[in-house]
Amino acid sequence: MQLNLVEAVDLALARALAEDERVIILGEDVGRNGGVFRATVGLRERFGARRVLDTPLAETLIAGIAVGMSSQGLRPVAEIQFFGFIYAALEHLISHAARFRNRTRGRLSCPLTLRVPFGGGIHAPEHHSESTEAILCHIAGLKVVALSSPRTAYGLLLAAIRDPDPVIVLEPERIYRSFKEDVLDDGQEIALGQCLIWRKGTDITLISWGALVQDCLTAADELAQQGISAEVIDVASLKPLDITTMIRSVSLTGRCVIVQEAVRSGGLGSEIAARLADKTFYALRAPIKIVSPPDVIVPYFRLEQAYLPQISDIVAACQHVIGSGQ
Amino acid sequence: MAFLREQTLSYPIHQLLSPEGQLSGETPISLQQAELWQRAYRHLWLTRLFDQRAVALQRTGQLGTYASCLGQEAISTAIGFSLQPDDVFVPYYRDQAAQMLRGMSMSSILQFWGGDEWGSHHSSARDLPACIPIATQVTHAAGVATALKLRHQKQAVLTTCGDGASSRGDFYEALNLAGVWHLPLVAVINNNQWAISVPLNQQTATATLAQKALAAGVMSVRVDGNDFFALMAVLDEALERARHGKGTTLIEAITYRLCDHTTADDMSRYADQTSREQAQQTEPLIRFRRLLEQKSAWNDTQQQAMEIELLAQISGEVDHYLSLPPANPADMFDYLYAQLPEDLAQQKAVFLQKLGT
Repeated sequence: MQLNLVEAVDLALARALAEDERVIILGEDVGRNGGVFRATVGLRERFGARRVLDTPLAETLIAGIAVGMSSQGLRPVAEIQFFGFIYAALEHLISHAARFRNRTRGRLSCPLTLRVPFGGGIHAPEHHSESTEAILCHIAGLKVVALSSPRTAYGLLLAAIRDPDPVIVLEPERIYRSFKEDVLDDGQEIALGQCLIWRKGTDITLISWGALVQDCLTAADELAQQGISAEVIDVASLKPLDITTMIRSVSLTGRCVIVQEAVRSGGLGSEIAARLADKTFYALRAPIKIVSPPDVIVPYFRLEQAYLPQISDIVAACQHVIGSGQ
Repeated sequence: MAFLREQTLSYPIHQLLSPEGQLSGETPISLQQAELWQRAYRHLWLTRLFDQRAVALQRTGQLGTYASCLGQEAISTAIGFSLQPDDVFVPYYRDQAAQMLRGMSMSSILQFWGGDEWGSHHSSARDLPACIPIATQVTHAAGVATALKLRHQKQAVLTTCGDGASSRGDFYEALNLAGVWHLPLVAVINNNQWAISVPLNQQTATATLAQKALAAGVMSVRVDGNDFFALMAVLDEALERARHGKGTTLIEAITYRLCDHTTADDMSRYADQTSREQAQQTEPLIRFRRLLEQKSAWNDTQQQAMEIELLAQISGEVDHYLSLPPANPADMFDYLYAQLPEDLAQQKAVFLQKLGT
């Protein structure tokens, strides 16, 4: 069936609730209201108020009780309404969810999923457009996944919920409803820890995640018209990284542009670039380039488009890399 | 207009055993067998002697930084005695007495403070490990209680924290949820008057910590934290309420930290000698001994014989701790995830090669 990304999330959640009674949905407004983005519409009606819990308005609490619930064998799937509000939950994610298995040497674990809308582009109020996912990618013991399309959202979210470790699922706000894909409710997951190659190419590797994957595909179309064949890789699993697939691609193309919505310094793109430089240095025909906003606070919506990388920025970066190298 | 501030609150401190060793009121049902008195007294002393030995191990470089429980043995012992095996215990880091009663060996406790994650491995299966970040365990306990409630299990969750923890958001958020969701939770504040160097009157402007439960709409009670009998009475009732769907209780157990915060602290920098000496007069072991002297003619000979037995038991555990194999560097990788990711497997190989293992 043709679904947009937020409908695919809802479908995957329903599937998870139906197949495993340990799965519990919780968060602010996820029950009666069906979520502020409508990602949990109909779940409370279908599965009951004991499976879909409206919590008090407290992000620390949501993450903390998810830790406690998962320590007893439940599979909580919690929602933080926007990435800008996850910071209150970080202590539980970093100091507890990520560490339970390690600090008890396998006696206890936290098989929880935390869904968080992230990124800008929807004309939202202040604090609703953050893309600071690198904070989470730095934490050993967590897994981090970024969704980029309805079909892959369904499969990746199911994999995250079934995973025995804590997984943060980043859902790009601005493509929640921007396009539809054919999504089959077949329960098939897409394995975590693997890049998704959206488009094969031979001249340059475009690497991105989240909403910008779709922009990279559009950029690749434009580049194709100029005779440039771009491979588009969706990192998908931000932690752990499937660096092997990226190394293989860049070794063949010899050129790489990484596109991120997060600010430049300390972003995930820098880590990918460093790893690629280490492993593909002699195959590179030009320096690796990162397209990102500058190191500023994500602006309120009047300056939002000036902040966000545009398709023309991606095309220009690719042209520059192609033109500047050997 | 009525601006309210505590004007009608009355929070008596529940007490059954006075510092002089006089037992009054009704003996808790769980303590009507005299045999239990002996077991409890013995465990209080086991905890104290173990604690002394742990501090000595730290002072001689054989243990890491250690948080002593001197003077607070009664709270944790009563918790251990009142919990059922299938209840869930969510401790903080001054709960050695209860951890032992929940099945953790002394050598495991030493292993934990000795810098080895394996120290939190052997425990009652669903109990959480000692929690270092303040008050976060209260939120976890609310989550554990949610799990029990959703599964219709007639069990309780008991968590502990210090008085300083009552200043943190986690404490309020968890109690608030427990009120709304009517969770099978008992939260015990070990009010030992100090959060490292900050005294209670710099922690809160409320007259009691128990009254913080009012804002969450849950039951609360204050109890003499040096009185094993009153603690048992209060805990029995709160746990029974929790197990039978009657909701959450906050217990403020009032005691005094007769030791430094940890072995890395020096209490003489901030606590005056007089108040510490006064507190020593009301500590929990002396009054229990006075009771036994009156009721069962407990004498010095019996006391010495008991201490010799306990010290031998502790020495055996210490020997075991000191003979544990060295920590295995591969463990850093092997317990991060259920399955080691490929990227990390490569890092592990390089790392272990560097170490030559």
